[in-house]
Amino acid sequence: MNDNVLIHVEGLKKYYLGGKVKALDGVDCDIRKGEVLVVIGPSGSGKSTFLRSLNLLEIPTGGKIIFDGKDVTDPKANINLHRRKMGMVFQHFNLFPNMTILKNMTIAPVQLLKKSKAEAEKKAMELLSRVGLADRAGSYPSQLSGGQKQRVAIVRALCMEPEVMLFDEPTSALDPEMVGEVLDVMKELAHVGMTMAVVTHEMGFAKEVATRVIFMDGGKILEEGKPSEIFENPQNPRTQDFLSKVIV
Amino acid sequence: MKETLAKLGEKFMLCFVDGGYWKWLVEGFKNSLIITFFAILIGFAFGILLAMIRSSYDKNEETLKLHGGLGYWVLKFLNALSKIYITVIRGVPVVVQLMIWYFVILVSQDNGVIVAIVAFGFNSAAYVAEIFRGGIMSVDEGQFEAGRSLGFGYVRTMINIVIPQAVKTVLPTLLNEVIALLKETSVAGYVGIMDLTKAGDLIRGRTFEAFMPLIAVAIVYLLTVVILTAVFTAVERRLRKNER
Repeated sequence: MNDNVLIHVEGLKKYYLGGKVKALDGVDCDIRKGEVLVVIGPSGSGKSTFLRSLNLLEIPTGGKIIFDGKDVTDPKANINLHRRKMGMVFQHFNLFPNMTILKNMTIAPVQLLKKSKAEAEKKAMELLSRVGLADRAGSYPSQLSGGQKQRVAIVRALCMEPEVMLFDEPTSALDPEMVGEVLDVMKELAHVGMTMAVVTHEMGFAKEVATRVIFMDGGKILEEGKPSEIFENPQNPRTQDFLSKVIV
Repeated sequence: MKETLAKLGEKFMLCFVDGGYWKWLVEGFKNSLIITFFAILIGFAFGILLAMIRSSYDKNEETLKLHGGLGYWVLKFLNALSKIYITVIRGVPVVVQLMIWYFVILVSQDNGVIVAIVAFGFNSAAYVAEIFRGGIMSVDEGQFEAGRSLGFGYVRTMINIVIPQAVKTVLPTLLNEVIALLKETSVAGYVGIMDLTKAGDLIRGRTFEAFMPLIAVAIVYLLTVVILTAVFTAVERRLRKNER
């Protein structure tokens, strides 16, 4: 295994209904440090399940996930410690509605990383400024637009200083005019070298930012390669079919 | 008219002032409040614990079966125990429970108020448990996932993120439970505790007047419930202020 590999996935399986539904049917994949991995595929292809398995929001039926040299799927592994190092951004933001933006961002660092309140708030304000939302620190999530919520969700995850960021269709629930502002934050993150795994339908983003693209269908990885290879010269007929149907 | 009023005034003096019986009412009301207050504390604490066990099992049954060996069986056992507890408590009248505590389980405890607190507290816990379970299950699963993904463990996600939101949802139903509890304490007289109802009854026995003491007791309960409602409404409004 290469030193650069941050997450090593081997034979990952997720079955439902005792094997009748195979959401993931043997996925092998390495995610390297500093890489932006974009996962594309039709709905129901298992791409979200794959991403959610990485931090065990879905417990795999079989296979291994080695993160930081440890098997995360081992029942004895401390899942909570692994999750701290994996930031997660959801389609529906999942901000805590009963807390201010600042509190949303500081509750985990204060409680889990034992940071002082002042220290955590300083870091949170820095991050908020970077995404242009410093003036909203005292607001509640309901007072923000969708795009603003998602930007907060991204920096909330960054407050835990993760080694990798997982994005599960981060722009799918947004109004079209708000997609850009969220993608911009993600691009900036990619430029500063954050390791990212992104499930998305934004092919433009995949083309521009991804270092590698994976095409999934039927719970399997059917094709992977550089964005230019996948988008301009797809080899697998399913990939060709899929790409011909989406606007690139 | 004047005569009737004079007569009522006379009865009022007889029932509350002349023999100093008003002190009984005060004493009885005090006991009712003490029993209600501490029973609520027990009921909420134990009830939330039961709710956490029940909802944890409901939420994680599949995952645990797949992943955790011993944890699954422990939770399964605790869940079954909680279910039995809730069934028994809800199936037996609270007066009977109170008498069982007083005459059987805590027979060596002379202080009836303490026995009543225990009896009403553990009775209320069963109801609070189901109220809270409903509240916990109603919080969006995404909230739970967000907490877990930040690195909070199961219990800490519950305490920090899910339960505060559940509380808001269940507040109106909890008020129902508190009101019911306050009024249920009126059966405390069965085991010789002088609560508000018993105090009114004692005055009736002394003065052979039923109207005055019973109406007085009714009014005190009513006012207490009105005040409780106002407090809950204010809390609810404060909690809602920040949202939608």
